[in-house]
Amino acid sequence: MTSTSYDVVAVAAVVLLTLGIGVYGLRLARTTSDFLVASRAVSPMWNASAISGEYLSAASFLGIAGLVLAYGADMLWYPVGFVAGYLVLLLLVAAPLRRSGAYTVPDFAEARLASPAVRRLASLFVVAIGWLYLVPQLQGAGLTLSATTGAPVWVGAVLVAVVVTVNVAGGGMRSATFVQAFQYWLKLTALAVPALFLLLAWQGDGAPDLAAPAGPVFRETTSVVLDDPVRVEVVEPVTVDVRGSGPRLLGAGEQLLPSGTLVFPAGAAVPHIDRIERATGDAWARPLSGAGGLDHPLYATYALVLATFLGTMGLPHVLVRFYTNPDGAAARRTTLVVLGLLGVFYLVPTVYGALGRLYTPELLLTGRTDAVVLALPGALIGGLGGDLLEALLVAGAFAAFLSTSSGLLVSTAGVLVQDVLRGTVRDFRRAAVAAAALPLALALAASSLPIGQVVGLAFAMAASTFCPLLVLGIWWRGLTAPGAAAGLVAGGGLSAAAVLSTLAGLADRGWPAALLAQPAAWTVPTAFAVMVGVSLATRDRVPADVGRTMLQLHAPESLGLSLRR
Amino acid sequence: MGRSLVVVLALAVVLVVPGVVLYRAVRGRRAFGSVAEIATHAALHEASLAAPALRSGLTEQAAARSAGHLRTLLGSAAVALTDTDRLLAWEGSNAEHADAAHALAAPALRGARTTVERVACADPDCPVRSAVVCPLVLDDRVVGTLTAYDALAGPSLVRATAEVARWVSGQLELAELDESRARLAEAQVRALRAQISPHFVYNALTAIASFVRTDPERARELLLEFADFTRYSSRTHGEFTTLAEELRSIDRYLLLERARFGDRLQVRLRVAPEVLPVAVPYLCLQPLVENAVQHGLEHGHGSGTVTVVAEDDGAQCRISVEDDGAGSDPERVRAILAGTAETDSMGLANVDARLRAVYGDEHGLLVETALGAGTKVTLRIPKWTAGVRAS
Repeated sequence: MTSTSYDVVAVAAVVLLTLGIGVYGLRLARTTSDFLVASRAVSPMWNASAISGEYLSAASFLGIAGLVLAYGADMLWYPVGFVAGYLVLLLLVAAPLRRSGAYTVPDFAEARLASPAVRRLASLFVVAIGWLYLVPQLQGAGLTLSATTGAPVWVGAVLVAVVVTVNVAGGGMRSATFVQAFQYWLKLTALAVPALFLLLAWQGDGAPDLAAPAGPVFRETTSVVLDDPVRVEVVEPVTVDVRGSGPRLLGAGEQLLPSGTLVFPAGAAVPHIDRIERATGDAWARPLSGAGGLDHPLYATYALVLATFLGTMGLPHVLVRFYTNPDGAAARRTTLVVLGLLGVFYLVPTVYGALGRLYTPELLLTGRTDAVVLALPGALIGGLGGDLLEALLVAGAFAAFLSTSSGLLVSTAGVLVQDVLRGTVRDFRRAAVAAAALPLALALAASSLPIGQVVGLAFAMAASTFCPLLVLGIWWRGLTAPGAAAGLVAGGGLSAAAVLSTLAGLADRGWPAALLAQPAAWTVPTAFAVMVGVSLATRDRVPADVGRTMLQLHAPESLGLSLRR
Repeated sequence: MGRSLVVVLALAVVLVVPGVVLYRAVRGRRAFGSVAEIATHAALHEASLAAPALRSGLTEQAAARSAGHLRTLLGSAAVALTDTDRLLAWEGSNAEHADAAHALAAPALRGARTTVERVACADPDCPVRSAVVCPLVLDDRVVGTLTAYDALAGPSLVRATAEVARWVSGQLELAELDESRARLAEAQVRALRAQISPHFVYNALTAIASFVRTDPERARELLLEFADFTRYSSRTHGEFTTLAEELRSIDRYLLLERARFGDRLQVRLRVAPEVLPVAVPYLCLQPLVENAVQHGLEHGHGSGTVTVVAEDDGAQCRISVEDDGAGSDPERVRAILAGTAETDSMGLANVDARLRAVYGDEHGLLVETALGAGTKVTLRIPKWTAGVRAS
């Protein structure tokens, strides 16, 4: 069997498993006829595994390693932020939100502000964020299939979109907790086991310096396959062997490499694709060095920290899972376990990013840095072992696409049916198809952006809309419906504009690019300010029963103080 | 190129949609048509704004919230609302006259007719010098008054005030209707509570009695289950409970029934744990399970299986109770649900009516049945609905 056929088998296995569990999941989950067992609530451990399983997406599985490979130490804030978001969730939102009884952010908005208008507005943003978060999942699927089997990029995206839509629309995922919990452990295994072998192989190789001062070089004669012509920056002149047309000298400076196979000699410095700047080992390993050509690293870091810390609470598929907790205290315990599970997982992607700089530097030439996780086993271990580890990684990656996309699609389609298309589309199935179609189109259109960065944009949008709504709604009596609406429109409108101009590639360098690529640092404060300001200006619109709502949100259930109807 | 097109389209959607929503929220609907039409629309709009407050009855709060709209509607300098004993709300200029409003309304309250009064005021330029007092009449009883103040009470103001007072009376009548509907719902729950008891209590106690000598430990456990079951089924507070609680109560019920029927009664359960915290109307499943046990064992082969399934369905929770018993004629079930058929069990119609009242007509019971084919009753309950909280 070739390496490709192992990968195809792995993908097929994960797809069939997902469809199968989707259809029979309920029965697998609960075969007992014992009422007491069946009516027992999900334990925080299970629920936390499910939340983690649904949360660990393509960005976590592939994207972080790719970003670390290209841009170095600053990118470690991505995994830190993805986890720390749950800390903020734990401190500010988890228990009160569970006590509110709300199932989605729109529910919360209506319960807190008694305003159907704010509810509708919030549901629009749920759909927008869901769509934005779906794009990188589909992108990642396309990339994975094309990197491992050579299929065109659209194949993987379409495959995942179709599988997930069929599964969700066909009534699968009706009891997703155990399926998603299983997915967490699958992903952890699929990422951690190969990482262990890779580290051993690196040790066996004499543990070469991960941040060699010279920057990335080809360690051995390497042939690089280019599907499309690539514009690269050559540092030192190098003679490459172009298959079919013989040797060619690449002079220093910008060069356009033709598509085809190029063979670089051992020891040659790796020319980088024009959007990634070549970084010395020192710059790569040092924070805030702007390695890889990121402008204004200090600003970008703070903006990223804000987006990820505050954005997690606004992700539709995350909040929905908290409903499964029986009470506020269980919601807190669940969040605590999530912090642990995610913390363990996020240790691993960095290993791939660092090793990738040594063993798969050609990705910096092709620009497909997101593929580093998949490329390493072949480059470092090779042979049957490498093929099997690669297949395991491909399986894990597909589990990541499928589980996150399913969760997002269920949430997005649910909101579409209930709020946005109320009265026109009653059918959940059609809503699911509609909810998957637009992200697929966007994923096919914007395939060149790093996965991790697009996910970062989704976080920025969530942080600029739902974070102010939830935090002020829970902790400030003075929030009014007009204030909430104005804040949502301000924060959401600004972050959406930034997201779309980034997707369209309007600004490449300098402050505009930094501000647009990491908008949270200015959109989140703006949203908070507008929400507070307009609320203060419309003080007479504070809901009359705000005291009772606050009591219900904050008083522990055991006190029995909550609203009795 | 295709990429920028998609992005531009998406940009348009993302920016324009919230913009339109906000614009409509802020501006309201714009007026079209002739001057008279615009005036009519404005009046109807003002009335529609006053209506929700009045629908909660003639209280101080409702009066305060609706008085402003009523004053705009009448175009008078001030408006006062009283009930039979005191002033409820004053809206408009010269609030120093508010104290006298109730005294001024006395003749109208007594005579149940519109009166025009002079307001004693030292200031000759005071805009509040005359008043039109109209009684608010509910079922031939005067429950309060609406008073419009202006410099001069012309026939136009008298006519307008009388019409508005009649409209307000209509809204108050609707409020009373709402209230009696709520009382009816409460009565339905109470009826259900009362309805569970006699047969079941007798059968359960008999079954327990049969164990007292042979298996005293089991008898004791069953008695405790029975005690818990009756406590839950006769609790008096709260219209809603969690699905987990309701299922626990059904478990006790089935335990007692199995003590009576033994292996003849098979029970299967599949519950998605995600839906356990969902708030459901109190006693919405129990009558259905009771029916299923009855039907499942009533006819045919002497044994029956009852299946209860609760699954996650996006923003809804789907619960079904199924038996493999004799089934019934769909026409008859339709008649029972419509309340036109005589039946010894009112559970089905009762649950259906309560679900519709809480969640809307599209969330009524779904009954699939045919003679000899068993019965499956399905409930679709939204995970969250405004005002619904388990207690």
